[in-house]
Amino acid sequence: MSAGIDTLRLTAEEALALVESGQVSSVELWQAYRDAINEHDGELHAFLTLVDEPDGSGIPIALKDVISTRGVRTTAASKILENYVPVFDATVAAKCRAAGMTLLGKTNTDEFAMGSSTENSAYGPTHNPWDLSRVPGGSGGGSAAAVSAGLAPWALGSDTGGSVKLPSAFCGNVGLRPTYGTVSRFGVVAFASSLDQVGPVTKNVRDNALLYRIISGRDENDSTTVDVPPIALPEGTDLKGLRIGLPRQLNEVEGIEPGVKAACEAALAKAEELGATIEECELPLSVEYGLACYYLVAPAEASSNLARYDGVRYGLRSEGVDFREMVMHTRHDGFGDEVKRRIMLGTYALSSGYYDAFYGTAQKVRTVIKREHDALFERFDVLVSPTCATTAFPLGAKAQDPLAMYLTDVLTIPANMAGLPGLSIPCGLSDGLPVGLQLVGPQFSESTLYRLGHALEQAIGFDVVPERLR
Amino acid sequence: MSTTWEPVIGLEIHVQLKTATKMFCRCRNGYGGEPNTQTCPVCLAFPGALPVPNRRAIEETIKLGLALECTIADRAIFHRKNYFYPDLPKAYQISQYDEPLCANGRLVVPTADGEVEIGIVRAHLEEDAAKNVHVATSGRIQGATATLVDFNRGGSPLVEIVTAPNIHSADVAKRFLQLLRQTVVELGLSDAELDKGSMRFDVNVSVRPAGSDELRTRTELKNMNSFNFAAKGIEREIARQIKIYENGGTVDQETLHFDPTAEESAPMRSKEEAQDYRYFPEPDLVPLHPAPEMIEGLRGQIGELPTARIRRIANTLSFYDADVLVTGGLDRLWAAVVDGGADPKEAANVLANAFVATGINPSAVNPEEFTKLVASRSEIPRAVFDDALSHVGDPGFSAEPYVAQKAVSDASALEPVIAAVIEANPGQVEQYRGGKQGLLGFFVGQVMKETGGSADPRVVSELVREQLGA
Repeated sequence: MSAGIDTLRLTAEEALALVESGQVSSVELWQAYRDAINEHDGELHAFLTLVDEPDGSGIPIALKDVISTRGVRTTAASKILENYVPVFDATVAAKCRAAGMTLLGKTNTDEFAMGSSTENSAYGPTHNPWDLSRVPGGSGGGSAAAVSAGLAPWALGSDTGGSVKLPSAFCGNVGLRPTYGTVSRFGVVAFASSLDQVGPVTKNVRDNALLYRIISGRDENDSTTVDVPPIALPEGTDLKGLRIGLPRQLNEVEGIEPGVKAACEAALAKAEELGATIEECELPLSVEYGLACYYLVAPAEASSNLARYDGVRYGLRSEGVDFREMVMHTRHDGFGDEVKRRIMLGTYALSSGYYDAFYGTAQKVRTVIKREHDALFERFDVLVSPTCATTAFPLGAKAQDPLAMYLTDVLTIPANMAGLPGLSIPCGLSDGLPVGLQLVGPQFSESTLYRLGHALEQAIGFDVVPERLR
Repeated sequence: MSTTWEPVIGLEIHVQLKTATKMFCRCRNGYGGEPNTQTCPVCLAFPGALPVPNRRAIEETIKLGLALECTIADRAIFHRKNYFYPDLPKAYQISQYDEPLCANGRLVVPTADGEVEIGIVRAHLEEDAAKNVHVATSGRIQGATATLVDFNRGGSPLVEIVTAPNIHSADVAKRFLQLLRQTVVELGLSDAELDKGSMRFDVNVSVRPAGSDELRTRTELKNMNSFNFAAKGIEREIARQIKIYENGGTVDQETLHFDPTAEESAPMRSKEEAQDYRYFPEPDLVPLHPAPEMIEGLRGQIGELPTARIRRIANTLSFYDADVLVTGGLDRLWAAVVDGGADPKEAANVLANAFVATGINPSAVNPEEFTKLVASRSEIPRAVFDDALSHVGDPGFSAEPYVAQKAVSDASALEPVIAAVIEANPGQVEQYRGGKQGLLGFFVGQVMKETGGSADPRVVSELVREQLGA
């Protein structure tokens, strides 16, 4: 620990206060985290690239390695971008810099954010700080593990099917997948454009709101962004008047672990004590078709988004006798199995003769999912469920079974398909591992999610420091 | 009994818009520049870069759509057209597919035999590819040892105009292209220069027995960079197809590369390997909803279009003259000269022949000075007139000094020269007097030569006849 800074417990808000009051310099703070990285990242492998010089005046941050950082290698955890150094900052990276933040490094992820365990990284998996034999969740396992183990006060992830929410749940962090269109995707290595959204990974709810404030807003470089209503920093624990819906299909999903169910029920009981009303509701179509729909839309867009990695302009180039062969060799050598699998799935789903049956139908189902959620939001302010039916699973447990891996995201995907914001907060432990509670609201309801998340956080008193590091 | 064959021709035209910036980024849009200097992360398809549509390009496409009497969509979307090629950095082109900006229009083409209405199926907006330079070969991809890519052109805005297959002669196809070019140039959308590639077109040709309404297999002609080549290529292809059918053969669907120096068009690629472009809606862009006020504003900017002007001027002059004046962009100057008192037919002749030969841009000419020059054409020596004409486009051009150099018509000055010519050519004099009246021109020519072209040929001719008749 440098300068008496306990990076395991220090929140970003507290860190900010230390720097602003002059008690700790920006460089000292950065060094404290860098020391923690040096001490723990050998066993965690949360980082793919470290920055050696702090370049701001504020507090540090870690960024998922799909976020372009000017002058700092950005690999998307793929061999195909092994030596790629962006010449420009992603808008979110620029906003962090503008806010004075110092970059610690780039965090591990499943290759091109495709996965639920961070095991698909071309550079090896990240380990869960709560149990090194387990996965941190994915795809943003590096950011979640870094925040959880005190290697960064906060971090950014990106969430397509659950890549912020799931790792946050598995590592005991607070993670927001924002309303689609509120955070710029400019400079974020694209996986599935209509779903990708960058979100904050933090130790508590207020930090999350602070970071979301900084990164959100309309961006002239991303046509899909919109103006974002002001974000209220949550205060207090009063939940009077808040209507919580419990979608039965999410809360009673097959294979839910008893410890997960118990932790979620305990959290809901607290919410009721604080004045919220709770009622069961139905979300049948979204849960039944969400995952299938996602695995048509996301790979289809990915197959097109990843076509630019052809070896012509940047990144890996393998030789070939002509253009076609050079591209084939480059992509053969540069992409991992899961990425290839999704490119093939997506190419197939868009092929002439199959488009209507697959991609076309999936887009229609997406509209159905939106409507089903909209109808519930006439009666409820927030829908609550576990973020995942299980806690973090052992490394390797699902690595050879893609379908089992895909099912990990069955609870996070429906809201994502509808473009809705979702906040995962830790709500307790099950067999010593964190359990995530997912709060989903209508578009632009982040302030409401923060209000509920903050109140529950106070009521639950979850200790965010992994037991083995306390 | 031999069959009469009817050609069926459809055109696909690409026009590069001369907006200040490219279609989806802020790079300079313009011809020239050192290779790869007009590029940025967006048009080089760096990871995470996103397109932002060029508002001006959208407006100009709508303007062209209005000029072509199209229906302007109240909702238009961009699609991705996916294929791998070195000049396509994203490996997809952002184009429009089933919801184009403009559809169902027409362009009326005046011809010597009356007006022909050509249907416009659609006019849509897309981005141009970059430019491949194949090294150490004919410049074509076959057999190239290396391919260099210049991305300066990549991402320039292109409008694609597709006609209905209701053109039935090479002449109408050529006139359509000329008229469309003139329309585009007058609207200020593009320089539409064939040699610089800012206007390009492909022609689909098939033939069928006259009176039938079937559509037979068509071939596509590419690489025709002049309107005359287009007409020639179409004629040649029509003849080739007729010959095949008359010999009992079948036409293969293929793309033919037009080579004006060869007798036949060489096949480029067979459509059997037809690409599956896997079109799908571009998720990085939101739908366009052109506002009715914007559309009306653009409609107000459109003046009298070439078709209408040909129609009007053909009331005064022949269709041929009207067509040449309008499609040559000369009619406004012509009208000014005629208003200034010039003879309409003579003004048209001067413009269509001597003036066109100078290559001067008609808009650079001061109509008042030009009128003075045309009015004195018969009174000044030809050489002086030609010299003046070559300077009419100069800033501050005045007809005055040229008009002052009137031809010598004074008999007392000319008679000694004529006498000398007669004296020097006794043989011709004898023949003339023997009835060979055609030799008059010979004597006039000699006198013109002796006077350095300064004599008025009509006066000379009169005087020669008098003297020889004596």
